Amino acid sequence: MLVLERVSKTYPNGVHALGGVSLEVELGEIVAVIGGSGCGKSTLLRAIGGLDPASEGSIVLDGERIVAPHAKIGIIFQEPRLLPWLKVADNVGFGLTDRPKRERAQRVAAALKRVGLSDKAAGWPRELSGGQAQRVAIARALVPRPEVLLLDEPFSALDAFTRVDLQDHLLDLWADAKPTLILVSHDVDEAIVLADRIMVMCPRPGRIFDEIAVELPRPRDRQSAAFDFVKRRVLAALDRSLNRAAAGAEDEPKANAGAALWW
Amino acid sequence: MTIAVEGNPTGERAASNRWARLTRPALGLLLPVAAALAWEIIVRKGWASGRLAPPPSVIFATFVDLARTGELQRDTLVTLGRVAAGFAIGVTIATIIGAAAGYSPWVRRLLDPSLQALRAIPSIAWIPLFILWLGIFEASKVTLIAVGVFFPVYLGLMGAIQSVDRKLVEVGRAFRLSDVAMVRRILLPAVLPAYVIALRSGLGLGWMFVVAAELMGASEGLGYLLIDGQQLGKPAEIVAAIVAFAIVGKATDWLIALAAAPFLRWEDVVRSE
Repeated sequence: MLVLERVSKTYPNGVHALGGVSLEVELGEIVAVIGGSGCGKSTLLRAIGGLDPASEGSIVLDGERIVAPHAKIGIIFQEPRLLPWLKVADNVGFGLTDRPKRERAQRVAAALKRVGLSDKAAGWPRELSGGQAQRVAIARALVPRPEVLLLDEPFSALDAFTRVDLQDHLLDLWADAKPTLILVSHDVDEAIVLADRIMVMCPRPGRIFDEIAVELPRPRDRQSAAFDFVKRRVLAALDRSLNRAAAGAEDEPKANAGAALWW
Repeated sequence: MTIAVEGNPTGERAASNRWARLTRPALGLLLPVAAALAWEIIVRKGWASGRLAPPPSVIFATFVDLARTGELQRDTLVTLGRVAAGFAIGVTIATIIGAAAGYSPWVRRLLDPSLQALRAIPSIAWIPLFILWLGIFEASKVTLIAVGVFFPVYLGLMGAIQSVDRKLVEVGRAFRLSDVAMVRRILLPAVLPAYVIALRSGLGLGWMFVVAAELMGASEGLGYLLIDGQQLGKPAEIVAAIVAFAIVGKATDWLIALAAAPFLRWEDVVRSE
């Protein structure tokens, strides 16, 4: 279990990015964090990942305080960030170098097969498309079998088709070992398709404004009325989080067009 | 001009590519070969004496003569030895200081201003001082070459380290690499392409400065051959020495490129046509 207690972050330049976020996430849960720009959602994710430790409060995973990158936590960034000088297979095996060679080769091959890129194993990252590269990045993060996987807007740089494809694929991969997923997103549809719970954050300083449980059975139909109902709730919460009139959110024309938040 | 990314062309395109690869350099040879041929004919016909600008056949004969007596080989080896020693010293120091200055802002603030000031001095201006300090023999020559090699390597390496993609460094952090592993698995490979380019430009300067050093006073070496040819009025000997410089210089550059190639295969090869 991952427990965040009053996590705050103030940058050296005085910006108060996070103001006391408390959150409990069960093992295997999928939590999406959404909010407008500057609401501290990426800061929160980087604190959990141990890349930028929180200035106050605590992040505890299975009784262990997280202050630096941890073996049980994997991260997927917005860009694939593959190492261009390593073959695709070596990129996937990057976090396994302390393992015996044979085990590494087996796990890399299995992971590449799982993301459907076995034929690219001996290729260079530059030969991959954007979606393929992000799949390799997912495989690289999953191969060490993390207990918690953090995703920082992982599909936002991809085109709409690839994005939907990879969202489904991610759920598929998640079902293998059911790690905890914490996903930061700009995309309301993405959050609803993937998450059990959606945390809506608001800015200055960043904190959790609202929490919406998504109790739709998987796989979720993006066109269903139930999906749309949840989406209206999320969009309304987002609007309120930005100090807008809650009443107006329902009939604003952009609310139903807002698959991606444009502000 | 179009820019094409090197790929694995198939079938007819491969055949035409192979043909193009053979013929394209040939086009570049057209002009020098034609000029050499024209000069040869002009001298043979007696339209010009060719005394100060010997025709290719005379240069070739001189080259062969010098090689037969063993003089050319000995001078080439001496010069090559000086460049190798200066290059090794310059590269070693430049790599240590460049790496430190690239890695630590503190070292950079301490050393870089002084080094930039020294860099502003044309290196050949050091020759009289080096001769006073180190004598006219090998030490002053090797030092001059090392100074010439130092700056491009230092600047190239420092710049390369500073511009390593921080996002990739973060991947290393996320996978909890130790400092040593971070250097070996992220920084070194990321820096290598720029470092190789720096080594090659350093070597180029090394060859430039060995000529300057040998012109200032030497009893052997290709630079000595140049001076000897000038003083005895043997232009063919000068041109033969120049040709030897070109061949050895190109060959050493090619060696570096060849040695680095297996480590740089990942680079996006962009070829301009």
